[in-house]
Amino acid sequence: MNAHVAPLSAALFETGPAVVVSNLVRRYGSRVVIEKLNLRIERGEFVALLGESGCGKTTLLRALAGLDPIQGGRIVAPRRPAVVFQEHRLLPWDSLWRNVSLGLQVPDARERAAEALTEVGLGDRLDDWPRNLSGGQAQRVALARALVQQPELLLLDEPFAALDALTRIRMHELVRELVANHQPGVLLVTHDVDEAIALADRILVMRNGAIAFEHRAARNGSTPISRSELLGELGVDSHSTH
Amino acid sequence: MSNLELSGIDRAAIGANSAPSAQSGNSALAPTAANRKLGARGLQLLSWLAPMVLVIIWEWLAQAGWLSPQVLPAPSKVIRTAFKLATTGTLLNDLVVSLLRAAAGFAIGTAVGGGLGILVGFSRIAEGLIDRSVQMIRAVPFLAVLPLVIVWLGVGETQKIFLVALGVTFPIYINTVLGIRQVDPKLLELGRVQGLSSLQQIRRIILPGALPSILTGVRYALATAWLALVVAETIGAQSGIGFLAMDAREFLRTDVIVLTIVIYALIGVTADGIARFLERRLLAWHPNYGAAR
Ligand SMILES: Nc1ncnc2c1ncn2[C@@H]1O[C@H](COP(=O)(O)OP(=O)(O)OP(=O)(O)O)[C@@H](O)[C@H]1O
Ligand SMILES: [Mg+2]
Repeated sequence: MNAHVAPLSAALFETGPAVVVSNLVRRYGSRVVIEKLNLRIERGEFVALLGESGCGKTTLLRALAGLDPIQGGRIVAPRRPAVVFQEHRLLPWDSLWRNVSLGLQVPDARERAAEALTEVGLGDRLDDWPRNLSGGQAQRVALARALVQQPELLLLDEPFAALDALTRIRMHELVRELVANHQPGVLLVTHDVDEAIALADRILVMRNGAIAFEHRAARNGSTPISRSELLGELGVDSHSTH
Repeated sequence: MSNLELSGIDRAAIGANSAPSAQSGNSALAPTAANRKLGARGLQLLSWLAPMVLVIIWEWLAQAGWLSPQVLPAPSKVIRTAFKLATTGTLLNDLVVSLLRAAAGFAIGTAVGGGLGILVGFSRIAEGLIDRSVQMIRAVPFLAVLPLVIVWLGVGETQKIFLVALGVTFPIYINTVLGIRQVDPKLLELGRVQGLSSLQQIRRIILPGALPSILTGVRYALATAWLALVVAETIGAQSGIGFLAMDAREFLRTDVIVLTIVIYALIGVTADGIARFLERRLLAWHPNYGAAR
């Protein structure tokens, strides 16, 4: 894990977290959705965020992405985070490499896009149109587009929710690999308890506008958290469901 | 989505005086058994069968003396007239004059309609200032202002170009505003996430997103431009295809009149073809326009 060798420029700034959130408050009108939320994600750390529908996960992610204003507290991130949404949001009028390099301010944008697309297994489709992709392929392009920015923080809002089970498992492997290579801090919003257990170093459960439960993944042989324990935290009586 | 609906309406509006719509063209036919047997080319040939037969019947009726040349001259006669006018008369000159009028009016109308459309599309303030006035003027059928235009501008070139420009402005304006407003807000949000500047947002997301709608406006505007030109040239022109027709009317030269009608039709078809070519080229990414890859 720590054997990862970073490029020199990155190594200079390798210290410090990917994001620190303190006392975050987010309201829609008078409805408080996030109330004094604290969160810290390290670089290279994979955090999964669970919580029942409507508890504010997307709201938190959008605040971190800088897409919505916040009404209190602080969000400190070294750079603009990259985001993968539930829908791929590819520009239908741009080829895949143009999509991946969107917003990339470098002269060798095409080469960089090609590398990123190769990483997600679509290196031979540079000039293809998004409409010729399957759902899983489109979501892989969206991942490439996020990673080509070399983000320190990667925000994923249920990026695999619309995919079939088999594709989702393939995507898990891909994401794990990509995150290991690029070492961004990751916040993955998901409904899928198994996904969280499979991918995350740390699992958070959000409730009442704050982080209500936290679990650090077992390393080196200690017992992993059980599915039913997590489901219990989410308010599901697992014995009656399974 | 509403883009498609819109183009459907436009096609219906254009249909009366312009080329066949995309649906009846050669491409999007269901793979029926007949289709498979004939192939796309065969079907295209088949679609020309009825018009050819009609022309042959027409020729035959005229030759047999069933159709008075005063009413409708034979197609062969029209073709001979065309050659004669082209070689000894002013046909080519008139054609060029008409095309130049249409082009000038179209350019002005596109610039005004597109310019206003972009302003209103981007700015709610501009919308407040401009949109209601434009919508009110648009409610008037643009040919109804013709007497007023003649009082203002006489019956010279300015009047003709003005009328064409007027007809072109509104379809371009409306479709530009619509196109810009229809751009998916989720894609604009993506642009922000990727750190695009306002200018890059416009260039990479808003304009390409608005393009299908704008091109629909262009196609519609081409048809209106042509209609405006026919009307303008029918009144007090000294040259142009319309003048040729009016002049021929004085002498009851139905062969020339039919010829001018055919020329108007051909140019209409050509203009529509150009618009469709533009759509195929610029919207290659679009499932409804581009050739499948
Ligand atoms: N634009 C908005 N205006 C008003 N209220 C909103 C808005 N967006 C979200 N909310 C409310 O904020 C709360 C949190 O919504 P959010 O989308 O963050 O939930 P979520 O945890 O992502 O849910 P899900 O798991 O279903 O995606 C909900 O009660 C929702 O109704
Ligand atoms: Mg959500």
